[in-house]
Order: sequence, then structure tokens, then C-alpha cells
Amino acid sequence: MINNLENLGKQTRSSFTKLGRGSFFLLQAVSGTLSVLPRPRLLLNQLYSVGVLSFLIITISGLFVGMVLGLQGYYTLSAFGAEESLGVMVATSLVRELGPVVSALLFAGRAGSALTAEIGLMKATEQLSGMEMMAVDPIKRIISPRLLAGLLAMPLLAGLFSAVGIIGGELVGSGLLGLDEGAYWSQMQAKLDFQDDIVNGMIKSIVFGFVTTWIALFEGYDAIPTSEGVSRATTRTVVNSAFSILGLDFILTALMFGEH
Amino acid sequence: MQHTRTQDTLVGLFVASGIAGLFFLSLQVSNLSSFSQHDGYMITARFENAGGLKVKSPVSAAGVKIGQVSNIHFDTKTYEAVVTMNIDPKYNTLPDDTTASIFTAGLLGEQYVNLEPGGSESYLKDKGKIDITQPAIILEKALGQFLFKSAEEKSE
Repeated sequence: MINNLENLGKQTRSSFTKLGRGSFFLLQAVSGTLSVLPRPRLLLNQLYSVGVLSFLIITISGLFVGMVLGLQGYYTLSAFGAEESLGVMVATSLVRELGPVVSALLFAGRAGSALTAEIGLMKATEQLSGMEMMAVDPIKRIISPRLLAGLLAMPLLAGLFSAVGIIGGELVGSGLLGLDEGAYWSQMQAKLDFQDDIVNGMIKSIVFGFVTTWIALFEGYDAIPTSEGVSRATTRTVVNSAFSILGLDFILTALMFGEH
Repeated sequence: MQHTRTQDTLVGLFVASGIAGLFFLSLQVSNLSSFSQHDGYMITARFENAGGLKVKSPVSAAGVKIGQVSNIHFDTKTYEAVVTMNIDPKYNTLPDDTTASIFTAGLLGEQYVNLEPGGSESYLKDKGKIDITQPAIILEKALGQFLFKSAEEKSE
């Protein structure tokens, strides 16, 4: 009994200290972003590994998600004789929800896990301590450029995902199922609002990018410096990112689209 | 050096295509390019019943969208619905005896304001009022009247 209580207390304490370390880490990383600006090369390298390397998986998944939405939407809508609204359905679901969420999940799997493994390995091989010995701040040199790169890459990737998905839905709708192309676009343009749909979707993707990159960087930085510790940290990154993305998505949706 | 240059090019390509995607979304997918709310002129019309009309419902003349509803409120003195419409400044030659009516697009579609131009020589200006209006047709009401009438005819 006493042992169980002790365990519970220990776990609560350790999860709170982890939260505290994470917040403090974030604070340091954000304050370090200013020192990235005079060295754009650092940011560019990270933008390459975080953004360019995720480009292919995001566009291909976007295309297929859009095509599936086109097919499923067509079958459901044709039961009501409302096939014309396919464009509205595909575009609204992509821009509001699937674009930011699915691209963030893919981003966590593709870029987040790589970030954690990279930083965890740097810690395990004592490269971070080595930097500190040379009076180079590892937060400013390693962490901040990666945080900034994740923050910049995520909305671009989500936008690409939605755009490619909408084109994929159009390919299926008008190419495969013989839907009128004009109705697809015009109904979409009439129903989607720039402020309500596009801007809110972008805000979502920026929030997801920020949270995912933060979790990935912190898990790597906080990993136990052994090969097993790094592997556990990588798993935690993917799991925790997925949880935070989906949970935050619910909160953001309730805040953004609640009144309508 | 060669390596970093290809990397730069790829990053540039990535950023450019991302921005192109965002542009595509805002111009091609949403209503940003078609009509913006700020540069139109306002006209108001009073309806006995606004039905299911909503803010941002389309305003059309002869089947062409020329503006959108920007505000709907209830007048506590006359018990009418006051509908404010924002009309594209391109279409500034609506006669001041234009008739406004609320129609439904299709059987179950959304409701919109239809403007039927009259024959007057003078035009509606900003903050102009439309005097002749026709309220929305409420399906339940029409159906009720029809049923009531046919029941009456049977009993006679």
C-alpha cells in the first residue's frame, strides 16, 4: 500500500519535473532563435532536412487522401443527388482538418523522430558536452535553428498537402467519375471563406508544427544517453506528438469553428 | 561547395512550392479573389419574413451573383427583418424601384436574395433602400395552407 502510494507520488513528481524542464527548455530555445538570424546557413540546413526531405511523403499522401475523399464523397453525395458539392466537401475537410492534422502526423513520423534520434545520439556521444567545453551554446547552435525550421516548414507542408489533395479530388471527380469540372471549382469557391477556412487551417498547422518540433527536440535533449534511451525517446516523440496533435486539434476546432 | 548549392536550390524549391500551394488555396479555392466585402456599396431592404437567409448569402440579379448579405436584424418598431446587402461596385446601375425577393436555390438549397430591376431612370446609391419586397416562401406554411384548402373543398 505504502509502496504504491510512494510510486504514485514519484511518478507525479517526475512528470511535473519533466514538464518544467520542457518549458524551461522551450524558453531557452525560443530566446536562442534571435541568434540564428545572423547565421541563415544553420536554418537553411535544417529546413533541408526537415522540409525538403518531408516534401515527397507529404505530397504523395496528400494526393492519395484527396483521391480517396473524392471517391468516398462521390458515393455518399450521389445518394442525395448532390455530387456537385463534392468540391466543397473535399476542400473543406482538407483545408480545415485533414491538411493540418495528417501532415502534422506525417511530419512527426518523418521529421520529428529523426530530430529526436539525431539529438539523442549527439547527447549519447557527448557531442553536446563537447560543444559546451568549447563555449558554444548547444541550445543556440543545435536546438533553435531546428525549432525555427519546424515552425516554418509545417504550414508550407500543410498548404501543399491541402492543395495537392484538392487537385487529387478533382482528378478522381472529373476524370474518373465524370463530374462537371466547373461545378467542382465554383461550388468550392462559393462556400470556402479565406478567413474562416484557409487562415484558420494555417494557424492550426503552425501550432502543430511548433508543438511537434518542441516535443521532438526536448525528447532528444532529455533522452537517457544510451542506445536504448535514444530508441525510447524516439518512440515517445511519435506517440506524444500524435496525442498532442489530435488533442490540440479538438480544442482549436472548438475555438475556431464553434460559432457556426 | 557543389553540395551546399544543390541543397540551397532544393530548399528554395521547397519554400517556393509551399508558398505556391498557399497561394493556390487562397486564390483558387476560397472566395478571396471573387469579391471582397470592403469595396462594395450597401443597400437595405425590409422583408416581412427573412426565412433562412443568412449573413454571406448571395445576392443575385438575373441569376448572376452581384453581392452578398452583410447583416440581418429585426426591427422592433415595424416587426420586419432588415437585410443589408453589399453590392459589387461594378453593378452600380440598379434602378431605385428594384424589387427584392427571397428565393431558394433548388428544392432544398440555400436561400438567396433576388433583385429584379424596375424601369426607373434614377439608380440606387450607397445606403439606398429597396421599397418593394417579397418575403421568403416558408414551405411548411404553404403546405399547411394547401392542405387546409383541400380539406375545406372536400367538406363542402
